[in-house]
Amino acid sequence: MTLFSDTLSEDSERGLLERLHIDWPLLLGILVLCACGLAILFSATEQSTGQVERQIFRLGLALGVMILIAQIHPEHLRRWSPLLFLLGVTMLVAVAMTGEIGKGAQRWLNLGVLRFQPSELLKLAVPMMLAWFFSGGTLPPSLPRILVGVIITAVPVLLIAQQPDLGTALMVTSAALVVLFMAGLSWRLIAVLGGLAAGGAPVLWYLMHDYQRQRVLTFLDPQSDPLGAGYHIIQSQIAIGSGGIYGKGWFHGTQSHLEFLPERSTDFIFAVLGEEFGLVGILVVLAVYLFIIFRGLYIAVHAHNSFSRLLGGAITMVFFVYLFVNTGMVVGLLPVVGVPLPLISYGGTSLVTIMAGFGILMSIQTSKYSQSR
Amino acid sequence: MTRAVNRKKRAERWEKALTHQPNLQARRLVLLLCLGLAFSAVLASAFYRQVLETDFLKHEGDLRSVREREIPARRGMLMDRHGEPLAISTAVATLSIDPRSLLQQPQAVAPLAAALELDPAEFEQRLQRHRDKAFMYLRRRVEPRLTEAAQAVIRRYEVQGFSIENEYRRFYPGGEVFAHVLGFTNINDQGQEGLELAYNDQLRAIPGKRRVIQDGLGRVVAEVEQIRPPRHGQDLYLSLDRRLQFLTYRELKRAVAKHQAVSGTAILLDVQSGEILAAASQPSYNPNAQRSEQIAQRRNRVFTDVFEPGSTVKPLVVAKALESGVINPNTAVNTEPGSLQIGRNRVRDVHNYGLLNTTSVITKSSNVGIVKIARKMDHAHLWQLYHHLGFGSLEHQWDPNEPAFPGASSGYLPAVDDWSEFEHATLAFGYGLNVTTLQLANAYSVLARDGILRPVSLLSHRQIRNQFGDPNHRQTNASNRWALRVFSTPTAREVRKMMETVVSPQGTARRAAVTGYRVAGKTGTAKKAGPGGYMQGRYQAVFAGMAPASAPRFVMVVMIDEPGGKQYYGGLVAAPVFAKVMERALRLYNVPPDDPSASLLLTAESELRMGASR
Repeated sequence: MTLFSDTLSEDSERGLLERLHIDWPLLLGILVLCACGLAILFSATEQSTGQVERQIFRLGLALGVMILIAQIHPEHLRRWSPLLFLLGVTMLVAVAMTGEIGKGAQRWLNLGVLRFQPSELLKLAVPMMLAWFFSGGTLPPSLPRILVGVIITAVPVLLIAQQPDLGTALMVTSAALVVLFMAGLSWRLIAVLGGLAAGGAPVLWYLMHDYQRQRVLTFLDPQSDPLGAGYHIIQSQIAIGSGGIYGKGWFHGTQSHLEFLPERSTDFIFAVLGEEFGLVGILVVLAVYLFIIFRGLYIAVHAHNSFSRLLGGAITMVFFVYLFVNTGMVVGLLPVVGVPLPLISYGGTSLVTIMAGFGILMSIQTSKYSQSR
Repeated sequence: MTRAVNRKKRAERWEKALTHQPNLQARRLVLLLCLGLAFSAVLASAFYRQVLETDFLKHEGDLRSVREREIPARRGMLMDRHGEPLAISTAVATLSIDPRSLLQQPQAVAPLAAALELDPAEFEQRLQRHRDKAFMYLRRRVEPRLTEAAQAVIRRYEVQGFSIENEYRRFYPGGEVFAHVLGFTNINDQGQEGLELAYNDQLRAIPGKRRVIQDGLGRVVAEVEQIRPPRHGQDLYLSLDRRLQFLTYRELKRAVAKHQAVSGTAILLDVQSGEILAAASQPSYNPNAQRSEQIAQRRNRVFTDVFEPGSTVKPLVVAKALESGVINPNTAVNTEPGSLQIGRNRVRDVHNYGLLNTTSVITKSSNVGIVKIARKMDHAHLWQLYHHLGFGSLEHQWDPNEPAFPGASSGYLPAVDDWSEFEHATLAFGYGLNVTTLQLANAYSVLARDGILRPVSLLSHRQIRNQFGDPNHRQTNASNRWALRVFSTPTAREVRKMMETVVSPQGTARRAAVTGYRVAGKTGTAKKAGPGGYMQGRYQAVFAGMAPASAPRFVMVVMIDEPGGKQYYGGLVAAPVFAKVMERALRLYNVPPDDPSASLLLTAESELRMGASR
């Protein structure tokens, strides 16, 4: 952790980055990762400059959002948390009633000029709400407060899960769990909740859609249906494995370039990385991710108040869960869940959420100096 | 009591646990541990796939992308002796589709059926039958026009899983004219009948193999290597002359139609080389169409059907008798009273010809006369004659180095030991043995070639010389292939002179005459044998002849089976076909006329030509 010891605070002069409320190590990590991502995307989209340009535009937009949010003081964020949460839940309800259907799920809210996925907002709003709620009382939270916290989480999660969007529901839940854990949830209670979760698994199985059950079954035995449900997993593992240690080289992946690997520019882009750049490429990219995550955790640990600490930790851990669920799926550790590889997969929705999260982290980090001054 | 205490204790423990100030340091450690575990799991999994399992997965990847594909090869072309194409392989495409992909674009089904000129209902049915399959032929072997139309539909509706495989289709420009000789191939490009079958090994194309990289949709992305180059089939020059074949076929078809005959055959031989210039059969079929004809239509009757040669053997018997010295051209033969009793049987002539000489026996085609001549010879002599001429066997027909024509018949010649006196007599005027049209023509070519028998061939001799790699064939040419002397030169010439009288105004085949040329030949009108002996009113009309008689260039045999009209004599039914074809053949090959008694104009012309050639 001493690696990230703050040199800025010792400077008497405030640099441009500091004035912009930007945390330079975090920004550096993000930019390096985005550069790697664009390189992989360029290959995965068959060198489509159009798609890469669109992604660069989205990245620029998301970075703009990040910088914008970084300007907002955590105290303001804290105050707006309940409002944001209520707005998010309201929109979820609206989606459930009027939303547009894309790829078989009802997730989108059409606001005329742009289509918006309210569930993305909840990825930030739920941990913010929980952090606001728990930081407002004594820590560790009392049992009734914990129950309220569970309700705060359960309402949006259930709304998202019935869209159905298991991936986002999972993200929101994990964000909530991190907040609860960091808030000091008793080990005893954790054990009880764990037991309940284990007991509830069969119930969950019963509640799942057929295609979701199929995904779990396929995960357990991909070869049972190599041309159907197991196709993604098998092709992705072949792509990664055939890359070897050093990979087949940029643009030379056969699985990814010959239309064998599905969703190669979105959910399965990690397989393209593995095929073309091998184990070395995977190690480098994971190292950059690790750097970003550690920086996020550092910011959270050194936050001034419990709201910032809880929120910063949750945002970082959600980022990590993104990474783990996606890479775990591609390498065959986890079942197929539609979660993109953060900052690398083609697409804009989750990108904005993630960058907004980084904006909050930067706000938390940089507000310390303005306060200390 | 204890229960209440326990409950209270439990509640206290809970209270304590819930209010206990958490050790944040430990919680962070737990989180870091989870994080580390997850990263390790992902890395370990990647390591396992990329280092330990990489060879297997590379192989699996290759299995999906590296495939072997065929490189189409062209079957050899069949050409006539002058290089005119008779059977050619043209590029066609076989179109297939993944039915599941097509059914995802149902609006494309009807346009696709229309583009491929398929019945929409039938196509829809077929599609439904294959709806769970990944492959279905749309149409096999279509012309480039249909391929392009289908491609346009596929592009417009963005249907996946469409593939085109280039192939070759056999096409026969000569159609029914050459059908029997050439035969045809099946859909797998293998010869089924005729020369396509006989020379399948040479003509056969062996597709090459290449290793390609294909994508997930089955499209070829890149070629890795050529494993085996395609071997195109060998082109063959046939002995046939396209023009003469057309002519022969046309005249035969007309004659068969005019005389309401059941069938007919005609063959034209080149005397010097033994090459078959034309061989026509009726009825015929179109080899380019779908196979729907009767088997009987497909038979090459020239080589496969036999008949009793009848009177056409008489010149051969006379030649043998002359050769044996038992007669001379002027030997008197008394045919009184127009019949001859042999044992319990009787040989008859049409009229009582009275006293004839050897020549007039042939001119009048006297059965009694030829029997009397034949009886001067041993049975063995007559058998030997027929055997040497190739009757009853294939040996003396085809060059043993060439494949025999599929289904070629050897004819039938009874063994000499069994011959009774009467059988000997009937064999002398062409009954009791069977020959093919080809065998009869080849026997006549012996007379035309001044007594020498040569094998016939359907390949041009140029082809045999130039294109066979076999060292045994390299030196082969017309002059040193096997040859068998059957008659002496003077005998052959003498008999030709006798046969010229047949075509004279006094003979039975005045209609075989060709202006400007001397023609030698012999008619035959054989009663057809049926289940209960020879049948009334059913004849096979034959004419066998050659021209120019002074130095024959062509031999031709025409056989009309069961002429249904009033005319059934060989001289009336078969001879005109001979004359028409021979006339054109002689002119086409610039054969100098040898008949001084023809019109003044022709005489002058022929004198000029002969003068020029001298």
